[in-house]
Amino acid sequence: MHLEDLAEKAAEFRAEEAGIQREVRVCVAASCQSSGSLAVMEALEDACGDGKGTCRVKGVGCMGLCSAGPLVSIADKDCSLDESVLYRDVTPADAPEIMGSVCGSPVERLRCPTDQPFFARQHKIVLENSGFIDPDSFKGYVAVGGYAGMVRALSEMTPADVLREVTTSGLRGRGGGGYPTGLKWSTVAKMPAGQKYVICNADEGDPGAFMDRAVLESDPHRVLEGMAIAAYAVGANKGYIYVRAEYPLAVERLQTAIRKAKRAGFLGSKVADTQFSFEVEIRLGAGAFVCGEETALMASIEGLRGQPRPRPPYPAESGLWGCPTLINNVETFANIAPIVREGGDWFASIGTERSKGTKVFALAGKIRNTGLIEVPMGTSLRDIIEIIGGGIPDGKAFKAVQTGGPSGGCIPEAHLDIPVDYDSLKTLGTMMGSGGMIVMDETSSMVDVARYFMEFCMTESCGKCIPCRTGTWQMHGLLDAIAKAQGTHADLALLEELCEVVQATSLCGLGQTAPNPVLSTLRYFRDEYEEKLQRAEL
Amino acid sequence: MTLQQAKPPLPSADKRWKLVNATMRRNGYAGHALIETLHSVQDAFGFLDEISLRFVAASLDLPLSKVFGVATFYHIFMLKPKGRHTCVVCTGTACYIKGAGELLDGIQARYEVAPGETTQDDRLSVLSARCVGACGLAPAAVLDGDVLGKQTSDTLIAKLEELD
Repeated sequence: MHLEDLAEKAAEFRAEEAGIQREVRVCVAASCQSSGSLAVMEALEDACGDGKGTCRVKGVGCMGLCSAGPLVSIADKDCSLDESVLYRDVTPADAPEIMGSVCGSPVERLRCPTDQPFFARQHKIVLENSGFIDPDSFKGYVAVGGYAGMVRALSEMTPADVLREVTTSGLRGRGGGGYPTGLKWSTVAKMPAGQKYVICNADEGDPGAFMDRAVLESDPHRVLEGMAIAAYAVGANKGYIYVRAEYPLAVERLQTAIRKAKRAGFLGSKVADTQFSFEVEIRLGAGAFVCGEETALMASIEGLRGQPRPRPPYPAESGLWGCPTLINNVETFANIAPIVREGGDWFASIGTERSKGTKVFALAGKIRNTGLIEVPMGTSLRDIIEIIGGGIPDGKAFKAVQTGGPSGGCIPEAHLDIPVDYDSLKTLGTMMGSGGMIVMDETSSMVDVARYFMEFCMTESCGKCIPCRTGTWQMHGLLDAIAKAQGTHADLALLEELCEVVQATSLCGLGQTAPNPVLSTLRYFRDEYEEKLQRAEL
Repeated sequence: MTLQQAKPPLPSADKRWKLVNATMRRNGYAGHALIETLHSVQDAFGFLDEISLRFVAASLDLPLSKVFGVATFYHIFMLKPKGRHTCVVCTGTACYIKGAGELLDGIQARYEVAPGETTQDDRLSVLSARCVGACGLAPAAVLDGDVLGKQTSDTLIAKLEELD
């Protein structure tokens, strides 16, 4: 199949819908569903009538502003979210009024302005189709140019060409580590031909992070397309998607997407009428945070306890069942199709010198606009929190923003002006992580936050190596005593020493980074620890 | 060449065992299908008891110790039956910051159950989750599969009181 054939197909799918002029788009991603968007959609469909008119009701993926859900947008068929009329907090009772306004003047009382910074300041690559296409529709994805990256790679590029584009793009792993994607792919590609695997890590375990979930629920074909391009580039023919069992909706949408792509000949044997074959299988996680670590994840796919093993050998050399394995995060794969479609240079022109492209962040906690945003790398934290996020509600003062989940740290007000990228966050003692950002106001105690994360790491430790298994337990005990104002200065000194030991000697990332929340809160909020110690001495 | 052991008979005439068997057959009775199989047992029966663990071990030709090891390693697998209703309180960071602790305290005060426990009358099981991904609606709880967002201790208990 050539690009012209695909374009023809896309035109054909668009022609099938030529009669439709206006669309009423209802968010059916998990967050809005929890707020009752399915009932809203049903009411809108009832109000719409027999559906033979020029307007249709369509379920779409995440529109970003989760705190205002259920969200409904009304637009001309080809218009994006920015150009639509957006309604917030919609209830089924509002349906007749909304349908009545489709071609007339908007319902002002429900309106959510789309020119506010939350929408206007975003730059969407990963989420370009999110909130726009029906995630369960294969035709919908192809109609907006989907699978063009894959068909271009298969019909016009050699695997080496694909590797070159990905390397040129400067894309770095979006799971948190920030390892250059092109380099990782090249290592797997260089391994001798034979059985190789591609794994998509969708075990989004960081509490407070829901980017991957939104991508899978809003645009699952994009992830499959990215995986197929990766498999072609490295010479693999089998892929696994390891998804958390806690994300049933994402699993369901992925299953539908795989089935439909297969039926259309875009997955399976002879993909898009070429000699390339690629099978994808879903594997469910079972609620173990450590399985986000790549070697533990592979053990889990093999049906074992999810315990990591020492590296090297790296998965690129010896991964799943001892075969060379490429393992990337959902968001990384979601960036691949646009890179192949538009070229690596285009991607490299966005972002900062060492971190290219955009990043999806999940804003949560004490912030006015909670939800998903995608901004270019290098956007300052202050812009993200105060302008896009709308600041802190209830007149409270900002205290810290936590990034990187249990492996990351807290950033205080004084450092909010740094541009966000992999390296700048590292210098602040935290990390990019997968993209969760939790904002805390003056009422949050930083010692409690450190204890919370240590409790998390303690219960999630897999138990294989001693520094992590007993170190996190000891540190939690010390933090608990300090938080209850029962600790001593000796406890604090011991805590700091343990942080160093656990960081230096643990087997995998979970243990090595477990002390980060303690170290970063000690670095910026030491006075809160001191105050607790003084209260203990009284 | 290894000799293929005969597959054990289904533990009982309960039709749900056929679902479990189908999962294993689809994966060619390979040992790496263990987690998938345990998921299907739990989906069918609600929890994993000794009969099912023994059956899965024999079917997949794995040591029982390994099956038990995997079943206890992963948080999602339950070795005890749940109550008629299940309330999962999310304790992810966003929910924690916004008061998940108060939700759990409220439940503890009203029903005297901590996370992981079931009330005496088997009416309600309370669990905590690491993160249900509804951070935009924090603090959240999942009651019998439905996500309830922006809860307070009072609104959640009111919902629990409505259960039969």
